[in-house]
Amino acid sequence: MTGKVKDEILYDHNHDGIDRRGFLKCMAWAGTGALCVMSGGVLKSYSLSRLPELSGKEALGELSFVQISDSHMGFNKPANPDVAGTLKAAVDKINALSAAPEFMLHTGDISHLSKPEEFDIVDQILKDAKPKDVFYVPGEHDVLNDDGKQFLERYGKGSKGNGWYSFDKKGAHFIGLVNVMNLKAGGLGTLGHEQLEWLEDDVKHLKHSTPIVVFAHIPLWSVYPEWGWGTEDSAQALSYLKKFGSVTVLNGHIHQVMQKVEGNVTFHTACSTAFPQPQPGKADSPGPMKVPAEQLKSVLGITDVNYVQGQHALAVVDSTLG
Amino acid sequence: MGRSVSIAVLTAALVFGAGILAPLRMSLSATAQQKAETTEVKIDNFSFGPATLTVPVGTTIVWTNRDDIPHTVVSTDGVFKSKVLDTDEKFSFTFSKAGTYPYFCSIHPKMTGKVIVQ
Repeated sequence: MTGKVKDEILYDHNHDGIDRRGFLKCMAWAGTGALCVMSGGVLKSYSLSRLPELSGKEALGELSFVQISDSHMGFNKPANPDVAGTLKAAVDKINALSAAPEFMLHTGDISHLSKPEEFDIVDQILKDAKPKDVFYVPGEHDVLNDDGKQFLERYGKGSKGNGWYSFDKKGAHFIGLVNVMNLKAGGLGTLGHEQLEWLEDDVKHLKHSTPIVVFAHIPLWSVYPEWGWGTEDSAQALSYLKKFGSVTVLNGHIHQVMQKVEGNVTFHTACSTAFPQPQPGKADSPGPMKVPAEQLKSVLGITDVNYVQGQHALAVVDSTLG
Repeated sequence: MGRSVSIAVLTAALVFGAGILAPLRMSLSATAQQKAETTEVKIDNFSFGPATLTVPVGTTIVWTNRDDIPHTVVSTDGVFKSKVLDTDEKFSFTFSKAGTYPYFCSIHPKMTGKVIVQ
């Protein structure tokens, strides 16, 4: 990294690896997304709002793609009455990149209420993005009322089971997982036996040097189980990926950026393009958080950055304003 | 001859009429009873309030979602299941049998509740 991009934890008042001031900055979030760059088999992610700080070479790497998440099309409460506008802002930033990313990942909660017109609006907005391929995994808001039938019809062509699949791009292996189906009372996100078996088989014959990128809606690490921010059987899924030198896990769901490094695995969660949620345990519930309108409209991005060495504490990335 | 036929018809009408009226009266009183025994559960801040509720048989419970985020009300044992409830939408279910009915939000499964019907 260049000196211009600061990625360390600057304000760790509680000595728990959590940068709370960085968290607040993340709350200035409108039109956010992350550019992911694969370089030397290692994936780094950059907030779209910080791209002017990057050199062309850094922003390109061997492979670059964009992650967007939690568009919640149809949401119209005070936390953001214009979720279409903020998604368009994210697309504008993607289109402003000097080199167009190869493709986009959407890590779920495309819609707010699984209504066809909500999906239609997102499809229409994303059509204006330069990268034409979009790979989706469902969030729990995309599979309401019909066990994900509509989601599969729209986005699940060629996928297995409830919509999981894998593909290869420039030597990296991408795996889209579904952990929002068949949720049990009192539980967390779930992958399920059938999907885990498929995953084990999917990676069995890959070389250990193959960079792996896993993406799913609910975090595959235990962010805050009290709010359901974790996946019951993620440990088993990750056990199949132990042999690989570089594993990156990209999630959404929690509407804020967190990163963590554990062994060979780097975990990232992305901000929402729609509205922020409070940091774990810092509110009565994980409901939408209202931020002042001027912050909503004028201060963009500063969401995530590339990697942080978190060890076992929860690591949250600080991001500096341009 | 003519008289005996009309008596038979009248008798049939009386029996038939009583047959209709009896269940009608019962359902009217049942409705009155249900109205008296409607209980509310409010969904606030990702939780059911009250989370545990004890009610007599025949009670109708009305759940109202007061969050900015949609929720569902789904019986763990498959007894009842709401459609997704957006802000201020309601779901109601009448409990006609005694028992314990655990339920949860299928979107946010950490949200759980229980209805005890006695």
